[in-house]
Amino acid sequence: MAGKTLYDKLWESHVVREESDGTCLLYIDRHLLHEVTSPQAFEGMRLSGRKPWRNTSMVAVPDHNTPTNDWDKGIQDPVSRLQVETLDANIKEFGALVYFPFKHANQGIIHVIGPENGTTLPGMTVVCGDSHTSTHGAFGALAHGIGTSEVEHVLATQTLIAKKSRRMLVRIDGQVGKGVTAKDLALAVIGKIGTAGGTGCAIEFSGSAISALSMEGRMTVCNMAIEAGARAGLIAPDEKTAAYLKGRTYAPKGADWDKAVAYWNTLKTDADAVFDSVVELKADEIFPQVTWGTSPEQVLAISDRVPNPAKEADPVKRAGIERALTYMGLTADMPIESIRIDKVFIGSCTNSRIEDLRAAAKIAQGKKKAANVNQVLIVPGSGVVKRQAEAEGLDKIFIAAGFEWREPGCSMCLAMNADRLPAGERCASTSNRNFEGRQGPGGRTHLVSPEMAAAAAIAGHFVDVRTLL
Amino acid sequence: MKAFTQLNGLVCPLDRANVDTDAIIPKQFLKSIKRSGFGPFLFDEWRYTDHGEPDMDCSHRPLNKDFVLNQLRYKNSEVLLARDNFGCGSSREHAPWAIEDYGFRVIIAPSFADIFFSNCFKNGILPIVASADIVAQLFRECFATPGYRLRVDLETQTVRNPAGEWFRFDITPHRKHCLMNGLDEIGLTLQHADAIKAFEQKHRAAQPWLFN
Ligand code: SF4
Repeated sequence: MAGKTLYDKLWESHVVREESDGTCLLYIDRHLLHEVTSPQAFEGMRLSGRKPWRNTSMVAVPDHNTPTNDWDKGIQDPVSRLQVETLDANIKEFGALVYFPFKHANQGIIHVIGPENGTTLPGMTVVCGDSHTSTHGAFGALAHGIGTSEVEHVLATQTLIAKKSRRMLVRIDGQVGKGVTAKDLALAVIGKIGTAGGTGCAIEFSGSAISALSMEGRMTVCNMAIEAGARAGLIAPDEKTAAYLKGRTYAPKGADWDKAVAYWNTLKTDADAVFDSVVELKADEIFPQVTWGTSPEQVLAISDRVPNPAKEADPVKRAGIERALTYMGLTADMPIESIRIDKVFIGSCTNSRIEDLRAAAKIAQGKKKAANVNQVLIVPGSGVVKRQAEAEGLDKIFIAAGFEWREPGCSMCLAMNADRLPAGERCASTSNRNFEGRQGPGGRTHLVSPEMAAAAAIAGHFVDVRTLL
Repeated sequence: MKAFTQLNGLVCPLDRANVDTDAIIPKQFLKSIKRSGFGPFLFDEWRYTDHGEPDMDCSHRPLNKDFVLNQLRYKNSEVLLARDNFGCGSSREHAPWAIEDYGFRVIIAPSFADIFFSNCFKNGILPIVASADIVAQLFRECFATPGYRLRVDLETQTVRNPAGEWFRFDITPHRKHCLMNGLDEIGLTLQHADAIKAFEQKHRAAQPWLFN
């Protein structure tokens, strides 16, 4: 019999019961909550008189609607304020293991604070009413984004009704060149397999280029798995995973720690396991990436030119390219490096951890933002990241370069708070979605790594960060 | 979820085809953080002559007197009689929430939109598909008879008019079981509470650190 994949092991170790058609009741270890997708779920609990099955599985934080400046003024938008206050009230009523309300020193993006506090551990099942829950797969946890009715189901039963996904392996071997980051690997994978390439799959990332990544980098890769259409992204835990977790608030301690690490070491795909599909990339063929269109798969290397629809034979694809170019305000065949930008956003659950900020600061050190760039927002992923960055003096580097150093939150990743990209403006962004209007109605988003974003801020247009290192 | 077994309810005839979810509950109400309280906004654009916004006090809003829900003889009706393709449009669960919150427990129509149809069962509403002839007859009788009621019995899967004529409707055994016992998906899962508890104990023994 063939061996098991990591995904098989995680799945099988959480099945409470299985129906004859393969529908499973899956036990959920960690339930992450934020203010946007939870209110109706809590309301449903209240209406049916139910209590959470295990409120110590819950980690909650408001992040989408919270402002990133002028915290003393509170939340100005009444709709946003109500969502945040509703989360406060719900957690007060129903309880949680961890709750960082607005302005708490450790508040931040749910996918940043989960790992940061050791509440995401290898071997867990993790859910959140948020598609980028895939981030937590970087720890060898099975992490699913779920809908609001499922949020209620997990609250009430500690289980999720689910069917097993297909197993896909994305293997990246070799050594990346300098200036090539986890974000570039993720974008290159999406460019190769497309935004539907992972549909119905749980993707395991492996290979020497993945093992070489830090935990921060692995989170970036798994975060973007959802943009390839996958249900979940996974990376097997190793010494780096354990080293990252050791000593974190909710990580196991003492004898439990040794036991846990021993168990985590078993969480890897067996040598003879079979995947439903395998995709291979060579790390040394991946260069810094920039998206040019309105889907993460519309991505090219920095040295490329914007595609020319006339060269596309397929009429549907041609129309797609034309539409994207029109929305993005780009002309066919123009070099990516010649695209001038108006704004830069460094943040989001993809790239707002300490390493991302260090990388951006290294590029910005001693430089100034270009005159045509009207705003550079640096939004740390959490209060912990912010304080760490300040202790290292990164904030000073950013401020000296004319960047804005903000409070943590989702910010201009999706523009639910006041941080928005005005119509027609062009942004180099470290977030994960470049859909039309994602950063603000009519806004134009180019997805890049933190290094590439900082370099574009200094130059005023995209530049090959490798020439600056 | 409220259980449904039987009902002898006043009937409200909504004589339009293709009633979509945006008509059932307009999109401005989707910003709400609640899943209850949508009843006063059910069919908002047809029911009132002003523009509705969430949190409005509807008791003082100007009513569209021609709209069927506003006619005195249909006050407190519990059975909604509708035409083809009821509930088409988006998948928003706010539509059944609004219908249930208003007080309807049964909808009878010749056909329903798929997602709306299954959302009804999740929210304690019984949608009944009847033939076009039967629906036409029910509309005629309802218009002609003030105080017209239908007796709906889920156990026997029958609908009976005041004259004692009846027809049978179809429902899957699973949905029937859930409705009769007031079990939503959560309720169903909780029938396996012992299995979940047993799993949890075993899981806790093996990996106690997950329960810190
Ligand atoms: S940072 Fe962006 S993608 Fe991540 S959780 Fe917030 S809004 Fe979603």
